[in-house]
Amino acid sequence: MRSRARGVAAVAALAALPLGVLGVFFVLPVAGMVGRGFVVDGHLGVGSVLDVLGREQVHRVLWFTVWSSSAATAVTVLLGLPVTFVLFRLRFPGRRLLRAFVLMPFVMPTVVVGVAFRTLLSSSGALGGLHLDGTPMAIVAAMVFFNLAVVVRTVGALWEGLDPRREEAAAALGANPWQVLRTVTLPALAPAVVASASVVFLFCATSFGVVLTLGGVRHATVETEIYLLTTQLLDLRAAAALSVLQLLVVSLLLYVAQRTRARREQSLDRVGERESTRRPRRRDVPVMAMSLVALALVAAPLAALVVRSLRVEGGWGLGHYRALAGSGGGALLVPATTALANSWRIAVDATLVALVLGFLVSVVVSLRPRWPAGRRWLAVLDAAFALPLGVSAVTLGFGFLVTLDRPPLDLRTSGLLVPVAQALVALPLVVRTLSPVLRSVEPRQRQAAASLGASPLRVLLTVDAPLVWRPTLAAAGFAFAVSLGEFGATSFLARPERPTLPVVIYQLVSRPGEANFGMALAASVLLGAVTVVVMAVVERLRLGSVGAF
Amino acid sequence: MLSLRDLTVRFEGAALAAVDGVSLDLEAGQVMAVLGPSGCGKSTLLRAVAGLEPLASGSVSYGGRDLAGTPTHRRGFALMFQDGQLFPQQSVAGNVGYALRLRRRPAREVARRVEELLELVGLPGFGGRSTTGLSGGERQRVALARALAVDPRLLLLDEPLSALDRTLRERLAGDLREILATAGTTALFVTHDQEEAFAVADRMALMRDGRIVQQGGVEQVWHHPADAEAARFLGYATVLDGTAAEVVLRAGGSTAKGPVALRRSALRAVGDSVEGGLRGRVLEERATPEVVRLAVEVAGVGRVDAVADLPSAGAPAPGVGSVVPLAVDLTRAALLEGPGAAARTP
Repeated sequence: MRSRARGVAAVAALAALPLGVLGVFFVLPVAGMVGRGFVVDGHLGVGSVLDVLGREQVHRVLWFTVWSSSAATAVTVLLGLPVTFVLFRLRFPGRRLLRAFVLMPFVMPTVVVGVAFRTLLSSSGALGGLHLDGTPMAIVAAMVFFNLAVVVRTVGALWEGLDPRREEAAAALGANPWQVLRTVTLPALAPAVVASASVVFLFCATSFGVVLTLGGVRHATVETEIYLLTTQLLDLRAAAALSVLQLLVVSLLLYVAQRTRARREQSLDRVGERESTRRPRRRDVPVMAMSLVALALVAAPLAALVVRSLRVEGGWGLGHYRALAGSGGGALLVPATTALANSWRIAVDATLVALVLGFLVSVVVSLRPRWPAGRRWLAVLDAAFALPLGVSAVTLGFGFLVTLDRPPLDLRTSGLLVPVAQALVALPLVVRTLSPVLRSVEPRQRQAAASLGASPLRVLLTVDAPLVWRPTLAAAGFAFAVSLGEFGATSFLARPERPTLPVVIYQLVSRPGEANFGMALAASVLLGAVTVVVMAVVERLRLGSVGAF
Repeated sequence: MLSLRDLTVRFEGAALAAVDGVSLDLEAGQVMAVLGPSGCGKSTLLRAVAGLEPLASGSVSYGGRDLAGTPTHRRGFALMFQDGQLFPQQSVAGNVGYALRLRRRPAREVARRVEELLELVGLPGFGGRSTTGLSGGERQRVALARALAVDPRLLLLDEPLSALDRTLRERLAGDLREILATAGTTALFVTHDQEEAFAVADRMALMRDGRIVQQGGVEQVWHHPADAEAARFLGYATVLDGTAAEVVLRAGGSTAKGPVALRRSALRAVGDSVEGGLRGRVLEERATPEVVRLAVEVAGVGRVDAVADLPSAGAPAPGVGSVVPLAVDLTRAALLEGPGAAARTP
């Protein structure tokens, strides 16, 4: 019993810092934001919330959020499965590069993606003839663009280890390829498909930057509506009501994702790459064609963005890029280059915060206590740290503003606010990357090391460290990329004289004028390029599929 | 019925063919074991027959029809893997009835047949269970029932018993033979275990480095290994040549000549010397539960393996360094076929 008490104390000590941070910088702001809406004249007003939920505009927003997210999720899964098959089950030169390419959109800053799609779909763009600019279709397409990576990564992690002999046994028993897929392959993939679909739906339903840049005010989701209600209409009650609704739905979805993930982790007997992949055959042509469509969906907006950014009046040139050093004819308070430097510094801070917190959380949640109550508590903790993944970044940002602006926590001017907010947004990804690795360390290896005379520190250095350092770097890369592109919370918190690059891009696109749009394009390319370079370094670490959300 | 002609399979980037010009014939109702060390290409051969590996050259035909254009699922075969490869999302009954449901048999018929098959493999009443709770032996029995469900015209078994522990393997080998005989199934199975091959098959083919080095009836292959390496693979402890072979053959009362393969028990240490017998000096001895294993030095023969009875009160173990009389039992030996025998198909 003494040792258990000591164990609990140690866990509590490890968990104290992350829990404290989560309490101050997550629970407090969100609660503050929600409280603003619920508490009317000093007492709780649930009736007023119901009143808000009865509004026609709210119904419209809810309906749009649900159907656009559902449609985007369905399309993402339908496109994602053939891509996953081609990239993880077929053997052909260049597939590693293609994998990295498909995964790239996920870390693309939302604002950049919004600008890219507008470039592609605008009347002067390559696909202008389709007249999709400003339509819900454009929003759905952009959501698919983003989340393809989630499906490919999550399902690919499972599919690449699936023993093909199970399918061969079915084929030998007389199952045609379609029957094999339906009766053997898909049931085996089901947990990963469900998990990724729920995460994709979550990301779609809470996507902010992309909807704001593509939908304007005409097509609002819950997330952009919260933004508009708080910043433009100053209707905090309605915003809070929507926030609460979103929080509930998100928690439910996270619970579903968590459940299926837990089932996935009791892994099947996995096989190596040599056994699981084969050369493409003629009957793979339809699947490969579908993958090409998906790859084109990923490539087209980015290509359009780069090409348009090089287009200046009367020809080609770097004019838009040169303009980044200036103030854009008074449109901006600081040059975009300064904003990039801000973004970089903030991202470094945010990454450090996210890594320290993420590491502590991962160590705690990957423990395997022997008594059931301990396991239950850890599951709760695990879920708690996943919450920022789905909670509206807008809610978080606005919550920071309303709760951390007076003593004892007056942080509005401290410069700490933006990195901390971004770190919280990145935290779930860090934990999702590190904890599976820590969990996978075979405890008997530690026991073997200890039995050979290694001290606990030595065990940590010889057994755990070699396994963990690469995922740690990868997590750092993720956090950095997320922080560079973070827009939802930052749009509230960044001070006007110290904006980040996504904020500047949004300012540029929301102003009229060809020159401003050109600068927005150039700035988007710049931000996208920095992100891609960071992620390319991470991919070089060859992590395979570690950290599949 | 099944006929392989010059079947060759190559893997990309490999210098040697994995399966190199194999020709085999298998009649309906026969069970043939392809026996070979791991890595000899026997599993690849099986996969090629199933249509899972593209052929570099040669042909697979069944009942006179070339199967070159026929995909796996239209061949009417069934394949059983070493580790069963049961479908984890389906119950035992779901697995066994899988092929029947593919063929849209009525549910009642499927249920009846599943019960029948589970009975056949010795797992009556297991239908409702999940596959995850099964032991290794049970999994293999379920896999076998699944493969037999639609009476495949050829059953392919890839090391079906290798993943099991020894006692279970021996018992299941006997069961397997009985089940295949009851069902009248034609089967081709590959294994590295000679005892398994001996217990299950009627015919045997020895495979080495992608080639078939010998094939024939089990007894025939067993008693006349094609060459020294084949003999060693079949479990013969020693292969003797020239005068050494002559000395041992003569001591065993035979006038035959040529290389001879001896099982360990072909030479037995006995209490009193026998007429014309051999004498050997004990170099090593090691007791096993059944016999004492010896290494002895015999004049004119050299170092050979032998056995002795377990020591008892009246007869102590010979002891290292002592010289013991040896009786030769030629029923425990095999004359190797001459050169060129490998190519001969009986």
